Amino acid sequence: MSTNLANLLYLIPIVSFILALRFLSNPAHARRGNQIGAVGMLVAVVVTWIRIGTTSWWAIAVGMLIGGAFGAVAARRVKMTAMPQMVALFNGVGGGAAALIALAEVHRILPESGAPKVDISLAIVLSALIGAISFSGSMVAFAKLQELIGGRPITYPGQQFVNAAILVIAAASGVALVSGVQDEWLLWALVGSALLFGVLFVLPIGGADMPVVISLLNAFTGLAVAASGFELENNVLIVAGMLVGASGTLLTMMMGRAMNRSIANVLFGAFGQVSEAAVAAASSDGGSVRSASAEDVAVMLAYAHKVVFVPGYGLAVAQAQHDVRQLADLLEAKGVEVTYAIHPVAGRMPGHMNVLLAEANVPYPQLKEMDEANPEFSRTDVAVIVGANDVVNPDARNNQAVRSTACRS
Amino acid sequence: MSHNTLLVFELTILVLAIFLGFEVISKVPTLLHTPLMSGTNAIHGIVVVGAMVVLGAPHKDTFDWIVGFLAVVLGSANVVGGFVVTDRMLEMFKKREPAAERPVRDSGQVEEALGSREIPPTSDSTT
Repeated sequence: MSTNLANLLYLIPIVSFILALRFLSNPAHARRGNQIGAVGMLVAVVVTWIRIGTTSWWAIAVGMLIGGAFGAVAARRVKMTAMPQMVALFNGVGGGAAALIALAEVHRILPESGAPKVDISLAIVLSALIGAISFSGSMVAFAKLQELIGGRPITYPGQQFVNAAILVIAAASGVALVSGVQDEWLLWALVGSALLFGVLFVLPIGGADMPVVISLLNAFTGLAVAASGFELENNVLIVAGMLVGASGTLLTMMMGRAMNRSIANVLFGAFGQVSEAAVAAASSDGGSVRSASAEDVAVMLAYAHKVVFVPGYGLAVAQAQHDVRQLADLLEAKGVEVTYAIHPVAGRMPGHMNVLLAEANVPYPQLKEMDEANPEFSRTDVAVIVGANDVVNPDARNNQAVRSTACRS
Repeated sequence: MSHNTLLVFELTILVLAIFLGFEVISKVPTLLHTPLMSGTNAIHGIVVVGAMVVLGAPHKDTFDWIVGFLAVVLGSANVVGGFVVTDRMLEMFKKREPAAERPVRDSGQVEEALGSREIPPTSDSTT
C-alpha cells in the first residue's frame, strides 16, 4: 500500500475520533460515539498492518494479543470506584509506548550520516520526554489511588529545587540531541531523568487533587503521541494525539477553575498547602452548627418540596450511592423533587461522581453541574451533604445544610 | 513531497487539530467528563499504530526489536482497555431506569410496547 493511499484511509479513523468526541456532548448517544471511535481505531490498525506487509507480522500479532488481553481483562474487572486508577494505568502505558518508540527510532537511525533533521530529532526528544514523564507519573498516580503507596502528599525540604534540577538534566540532554550530538546515551539520560521527574512530580500531590493530575497526564500522553506522529511522519498520530492534548489541556484548565486554582499553581506544586488554606477559610465563615438525629433528618426530608443531594468522594468510599438512590426513590414517591448537585472535581477524576451515581441507576437528568445547581439552592428546602465536607459550596450555607452520615434512615 | 513541504503540512494539521480539540471538548457537559477523559485516553491509544510501524520496520538488532515489541504491547493495552472502560461507563448513563420497587409493572409495559410494534398498523388503530 502506498503512503498516499494509507494517508487517505487514515482519514477514516481521524473522522471517527472527532465524531467520538462530538457524540460525547449528549449522554443519550455518547456510547455510540465511543463505538464509532473503536471502529476507527480498528481501521487504523488494519491499514497500518497492510502497509507494513509481512515484516514481523507475527511479533505484532503476539504483542497485540498480550496487550489487548491485559487491557480487556483489567477493564472488565475494574470496579467503578477504581476507575480513576485504571484510566491512569492505561494513560501511563500509552505514554510509555510513545517513549519506547522514540528509543527505538534513535537506536535505528543513529549514527546518521550527514546532519540529522532538526524537526525529527526535536520530535523524538519531545515524545521521549513527555511520554516518560506521563508513564512514570501515571504509575505513581495509579499506585496512590490503588493505595499501594500512601495517598497523603509526600514533601521534603528542597523538593522544588530537586525537581527543577532533574528537569534541567532532561532538558540539557534534549538540547544536545537536537543540536546534533549523535549519542544514544543522551536519550537514555533524558528518558531516565524524565521518568524520575514524573515520579517526583506526582508524589507530593494528595489524593483529592488527583483529578487535575490525571487530566494533565492525559494531555501529556496526547502531546507525546502527536510528537511521535512527527517522528514517524504519520498524520493520524498527529491529529489524534493533538486532539487529546488539546482536550486534556482544556479539561485541566476547567478543573483548575472549578477548584479556584490557577494552572501555574497546579503545575508547580504546593497542592496540599492551598487546599488546606481554602478549607480553613471556609470553616471560619461562621454560622451555627446544630446536630440532628436521623429522625430529625427524616422529618425534614419528608416535608420538603425540593431536596438536593451534594455527594462527595466520601459517599463512594462508604459505598453509599445505592442507599442515597433508594432514599431519593422514597422521597420521589412522596412527591419530593430530588436533584444532585455535583462539583466538577468530586471524586478522584473529573466527573467521577456522575459515573458512580449513574452506576447506582440515578437518571442523568437529575445530575446537575455546579453552575446549574448553585442558583437552585435558594429554592431548596433541604441539602443533604454526603461525604463532601471539603467541596461544600458557600451557597449552601443559608440552607438547612444537613451533614448526613445516617443516610440509611 | 520534500521533507520541508511535508513538515509545513504536518504543522498545519497540528494547529487545526488543537483548535478542533478545544472546540469539540468545550461542548461536553461536566456530567460526561470522566467518560471524556477515558475516551480521549482510548484515542491516544493510536500510538499503537506508531509502535506497529517501528516493530514492522527493518530492525538493526535485538534491542530494537524488543523495544518495538514492548511498545506494541503497551499501545494495545491502552487501546483495548481505554475503549472497554469507556463503554462500560457510558453504558450506565440512562435517562430513567425502572425503579427497583416496581420492576414487574415496568417490564410488563416494555413487553407490551415491544409486542405492539409487531402488530400491523391496521390493528394498531383499533386500540
